[in-house]
Amino acid sequence: MRTDMKSMISRIAAVVALLVSAPLFAAGGGALPYSYTPELGNEASLQRGAKLFMNYCSGCHGLQYLRYNRMAEDLEIPEDLLTDNLIFTGAKPGEHINTAMPSEPASVWFGQAPPDLSLTARSRGPSWIYSYLLTFYLDESRPMGVNNVVLPGASMPNVLAELEGWKAMDEHHGGDASHGEPSGGHGGGHEPAFVEVEPGTLEQAEFRAAVGDITNFLTYAAEPGKRDRQALGFKVIAYLIVLFILSWLLKREFWKDVH
Amino acid sequence: MGIQANPHKTTGFLGWIDDRFPLTKMWKDHVSEYYAPKNFNFWYFFGSLAMLVLVNQLLTGIFLAMHYKPDADLAFGSVEYIMRDVPWGDIIRYMHSTGASAFFIVVYLHMFRGMLYGSYRKPRELIWIFGCLIYVCLMAEAFMGYVLPWGQMSYWGAQVIISLFGAIPVIGPELVVWIQGDYVPSDATLNRLFSLHVVALPFVLVGLVVAHLMALHEVGSNNPDGVEIKKVKDENGIPKDGIPFHPYYTVKDIMGSVFFLILFSVVLFFMPEGGGYFIEAPNFEEANPAVTPDHIAPVWYFAHFYAMLRAVPSKLGGVIIMGGAVLILFFMPWLDRSPVKSIRYKGPIFKIALAIFTVAVIMLFWLGTEPTTESKILLARIGTVIYFAFFLGLPIISKLDSTKPVPERVTDAH
Repeated sequence: MRTDMKSMISRIAAVVALLVSAPLFAAGGGALPYSYTPELGNEASLQRGAKLFMNYCSGCHGLQYLRYNRMAEDLEIPEDLLTDNLIFTGAKPGEHINTAMPSEPASVWFGQAPPDLSLTARSRGPSWIYSYLLTFYLDESRPMGVNNVVLPGASMPNVLAELEGWKAMDEHHGGDASHGEPSGGHGGGHEPAFVEVEPGTLEQAEFRAAVGDITNFLTYAAEPGKRDRQALGFKVIAYLIVLFILSWLLKREFWKDVH
Repeated sequence: MGIQANPHKTTGFLGWIDDRFPLTKMWKDHVSEYYAPKNFNFWYFFGSLAMLVLVNQLLTGIFLAMHYKPDADLAFGSVEYIMRDVPWGDIIRYMHSTGASAFFIVVYLHMFRGMLYGSYRKPRELIWIFGCLIYVCLMAEAFMGYVLPWGQMSYWGAQVIISLFGAIPVIGPELVVWIQGDYVPSDATLNRLFSLHVVALPFVLVGLVVAHLMALHEVGSNNPDGVEIKKVKDENGIPKDGIPFHPYYTVKDIMGSVFFLILFSVVLFFMPEGGGYFIEAPNFEEANPAVTPDHIAPVWYFAHFYAMLRAVPSKLGGVIIMGGAVLILFFMPWLDRSPVKSIRYKGPIFKIALAIFTVAVIMLFWLGTEPTTESKILLARIGTVIYFAFFLGLPIISKLDSTKPVPERVTDAH
């Protein structure tokens, strides 16, 4: 019976290994210039991200599935701070984070309505958002004067320019990415060759940290229940392990008389 | 001789019931006096696990249907409402979505068990056929369930699958419109798939599971030795190698179920997207008929059939091959003509053939989720040929292969 258990466990382990190795295959697709690993436990980062999002993004982009008070509760933001500093639309705390910008004229102004960002961290991934926000560069051929390495031909203006400053593609480094190729074919995980044209109010490292905070916040917004679910998961699995030991002892007791 | 009421002569309240309903008889026939071979191994957990997952799907499905809106404008938002605003909604939703993949994992291992030990052989042909029907029903159920969140992959997956019916000569295009209730997948399509997913197919599925179990209990379970335990009975007519299902296999299956639930919980709580295989990333974007995703990939459990579909240059040919790949499973009991049931007593040719078949199927699963390239299509073609060659070659393998003598009684003590 011991050996039976052992072989059972080793077989199950093989199945699990197969399952866990699955993401390796899924990781293909377009290589991004930067990668970002969210830290949902870093509340200060999430709070800074919420502040930056509300100040720089929420004018055009909504988070239509997230409620203000859910965000405040999860990120431990007091209600008075929420209503005074983070709600710009006059919405009540229980309402969803919708943008004030009407979508029909917006699609005329920008060519398309700015997308809702509730689930972008799940559909495109945190590293995509991080890379997108870090790779705006000057391009006079575009209506907003900027282009993007990750999403060539993006219609979004460089809203974070006051923080980051302005940068251009370094022509000597074969600024391939500026020619509207879809991401994935190019880039290959390399950092694009940028040259600074005008500095912003933040140093490069500070700006990257700020973009990280926004990305972290959007990852939270894509699945607000994730942290609690994982915390519950540890308890459930701990309980099941105890139950497994008991059920194994029970089985062993009953099977003693099977010869 | 008709049905005899209360054959076990119970008295009191239970007797009152047994005079009117075969409660004790059913309990004894199917549980406490159902004699199962004592040598079940690891592979025999997956039948009970499939039942467990079925119950999980039915229960979580009931609660999801209370909050979900089968409306093309509201469906996507209602799933996010479940994920964010419904108490325990995210857990229930992930139990259901993870359960779908878990269902296929345990069912595929359960089917593979049948192939290892010849569980489909006489007199268990109908058990196998009911099982194949369960598999077909499960695929339909899973496909329709995947459409309901109305994300990009839901929509375009539905578009690809339903359009396969368009390959049928003459009636194809009309049939597609009839199935969709529209010229493209739309609100009408979503509504009818919801109805089939929550009413019609679960009903058929449960009925088939009952038939599967009744056929099993009529002839008795096979075992890793492929020995018929009913051939050697003691003076009371009880198979010498049999033990009552309850309590022996109930306690063993509880142990297996708890172990399964640990693995299930790891996925459910920590990686519900299953690395993009259980829930695909583009499905977090709402369905948009105007934007086709770069790469439409089926969920992993259909991927081997999808690889076969793409391996054939003509659409009709691909549909025939894909349909044939499912249909050929039904003939397994008559394709295998080996004098022995279990792989333990079969010869090297069968063992090698099954190993190659298994590798080919795993390769097809992988290929079906990958974007096509010339070399991958070639691999998919090789895999498809191996798949069919295994089944069609079985009668020849059975004839050529050597066998070892099968013992009278089961060999290994649990």
